[in-house]
Amino acid sequence: MSTLPQMPFIERRGSDFMLSRVANSLYWMSRYIERAENIARLLDVNLQLMLDFVDLDDQQLKEHWLPILRSAGDEATFFKYYTTADSQSVTEFMTFRTENPNSVLSCLFAARENARQIRDQISLEMFEAINECFLFLNSKNALEVWNSGAHEFYEQIKKYSHLFQGLTDSTFSRNEGYEFIQFAKFLERADKTTRILDIKYHILLPSVQDVGGAVDAAQWQALLRSTSALEAYRRFHVEDILPKKVSEFLMMSKTFPRSIRFCLAKLDDYLHLLTGTPKGQYLSPKEQAFGALLHDMDTLEFTAIINMGLHQFLEKIQRVLDGIDDFIYQSFMHHPPTDMEAEIRLHQQELQQQQSFIA
Amino acid sequence: MLFNSYNKGDFYDEMFAEDGSVRPHYRKTLERLNRLEKNEYLQKQTAVDLAFMRGGVTFTVYNDNQGTERIFPFDLVPRIIPNHEWQVIEKGLIQRLTALNMFLHDIYHDQKILKDRIIPPHYILGAKHFRREFMGCNVAKDIYVHICGSDLIRDRDGQYLVLEDNLRCPSGASYMLENRAALKRAFPRFFQSSQVEKVDTYPQELLKVLRYVSPVNVRTDQPNVVLLTPGVYNSAYFEHAFLARQMGIPIVEGRDLIVRDAKVYMRTTEGLMPVDVIYRRIDDDFLDPSVFRPDSLLGVPGLVNAYRSGNVSLANSIGTGIADDKVVYYFVPRMIKYYLGEDPILPNVETFLASETQDRVYMLENLEKLVVKSANEAGGYGMLMGPWASKEEIEEFRKNIIANPRNFVGQPPISLSRHPTWSEEGFDGRHVDLRPYILYGDKITVTPGGLTRVALRKGSLVVNSSQGGGSKDTWVLHGDE
Repeated sequence: MSTLPQMPFIERRGSDFMLSRVANSLYWMSRYIERAENIARLLDVNLQLMLDFVDLDDQQLKEHWLPILRSAGDEATFFKYYTTADSQSVTEFMTFRTENPNSVLSCLFAARENARQIRDQISLEMFEAINECFLFLNSKNALEVWNSGAHEFYEQIKKYSHLFQGLTDSTFSRNEGYEFIQFAKFLERADKTTRILDIKYHILLPSVQDVGGAVDAAQWQALLRSTSALEAYRRFHVEDILPKKVSEFLMMSKTFPRSIRFCLAKLDDYLHLLTGTPKGQYLSPKEQAFGALLHDMDTLEFTAIINMGLHQFLEKIQRVLDGIDDFIYQSFMHHPPTDMEAEIRLHQQELQQQQSFIA
Repeated sequence: MLFNSYNKGDFYDEMFAEDGSVRPHYRKTLERLNRLEKNEYLQKQTAVDLAFMRGGVTFTVYNDNQGTERIFPFDLVPRIIPNHEWQVIEKGLIQRLTALNMFLHDIYHDQKILKDRIIPPHYILGAKHFRREFMGCNVAKDIYVHICGSDLIRDRDGQYLVLEDNLRCPSGASYMLENRAALKRAFPRFFQSSQVEKVDTYPQELLKVLRYVSPVNVRTDQPNVVLLTPGVYNSAYFEHAFLARQMGIPIVEGRDLIVRDAKVYMRTTEGLMPVDVIYRRIDDDFLDPSVFRPDSLLGVPGLVNAYRSGNVSLANSIGTGIADDKVVYYFVPRMIKYYLGEDPILPNVETFLASETQDRVYMLENLEKLVVKSANEAGGYGMLMGPWASKEEIEEFRKNIIANPRNFVGQPPISLSRHPTWSEEGFDGRHVDLRPYILYGDKITVTPGGLTRVALRKGSLVVNSSQGGGSKDTWVLHGDE
């Protein structure tokens, strides 16, 4: 019968289990918070960057903001509400528009809704942090803060995210739930870093006249700040901010917590913790693709990646991430939804059989 | 001196006696409150409200398309009950629940109380919430009502009366606990010196009860206990999550459960795990769409059969709603006499049954003096408050009573006791009731305290949260002052 669940029956009692729905909510709560933080940082840095280039015309503004819009949001939805892509319209769309499912507001509302559904599972401190953030965004105050200085607003959003992640670290038990939270966080972070790098890779392809110019340096610097990486980069590379070095740092650093490789290594840890497969083993095709990517990152020279095409490589990373994401979803969170009508029929038949048996 | 202009009015006041002197059990509290400046008091109140908002201690307002969450307004002045009074309440509630539980067992088995003509059979057999499908069906340890929240009021003379018994899914216990926590934060030292009995063991006691009624078929002392909620959009969702967290049990929705071979399972990350006891916060009608309402998307198809087969326990059991019927309420004193051979310790409010000719004639002649209630409505709905009603409302009820007398009861309006409560003009008397929480496991226990609900609108007698009600922390003292 089609309604039979595909999951195994486990005759076990005790408290060390997790509902699939709970795993799913923990995952999305964590992912949405990380996403909101990344978008907030991206917008903040780019708004500040614009301050240095006051005399841009409409076309230049559009060239700057469109790729950002594409990386995180839905371009088609944007043009339903706005005619031009400039600092005001793009940041408003990506911050406040609830019609945009990836706006900061939408992400944090969704994170809070997920937290609310599992508030018995997370610590009170975690719920309070995310609820406070929600109350702030729901108040008139939020828009006022944004209008009087977007920087302060984005700072506040980042702080809520940091507070939440810190509280997760200090108040949440190290169990399966923690693994879902961390998996989701590093997945989102890895994905966002590939996208930020990819935007800049397009915009910042140095045109002949700009090579090494002031604009170029400022833009690469902004890219580092979009991932909180400026200081870390400076400690690592004492020399100037060079496009190749910046991309290499954000891709390959083993120590910087927002670099792609760092995130992939964390994902690898949590993937194995969740599945229980020994480290180094990859069973299903999607896990194998992930293992192969890790191997590439460990063995390839960055120059080789550049020669293969940075953009193509970033796209490949995104595909592998999608694969491993789907694998985790299918393995732990997804139960085929109940077909209510079939269930009702099944149980009514059972009842009738019992009754005719008694009669 | 915040109480200088307080006027107790012509009511039974919880804090002040007839002659205007403070009652002994309120003396220390009054002294403490009178040392506060208005601003200090307001600051404390604001801090508490903010803490509730931040912690999401809210309920969802239905008739509002925003799905707005509101805090349940909390008044800082505690309602205080001296120990000797509480002992009577406690005994009375235990007596009442014992009889009600025997009644439920009886009407779903031998129906002796009907055969002996203590209650006319048609009142029970024709009742909306009587579940004839469960005739002869046994529940674990013969306990039907594991969690009960009876509503008590006090009349003009301070006599406690039972207004109604809530035997289905009584709510509000989480507010009892949150109110206590809030009051402790607002007056830490004062609370400590006040000798108040604890309420915060409620979740552990509840968990003990739920484990105790684990089905006989399940041979384990570690049954899997879950709380079944209609979901995050239910107005009491906060309470469901709160209690589940305090008990350390999973909160599940219908879609997390599935029934196979008359056994209930939950969908976990590892697979399907058995469920033994369900603390359900869903009404009978929505529990199982294969038996009750087929349009319910909240329930679990097959659950009733699993329950009847003795593979899962439900708290409370199915079919307890019959005893919430306001016509059946009328007979509770007789049940106490019949099953226990005792006189009721806590009396009912005097009640007239519209389906008894004499009572009906009286009711129809005196509608403007009576409170008329529908037999199966709750939350302050379906009520006629005769003395305050318009002519049209009275005529409307008159028609309905004549058309369907079984569905109505009448009561004289009780002038509920009042309690000093903060209002825009300072402290003012507001009407209150009391909902204690009673648990039935290996024995019956009453949590010392409960939820005092207060009608915040001046003059109003309706304490329901959906209609402008608020609440207070309720103190039962170790002693009498």
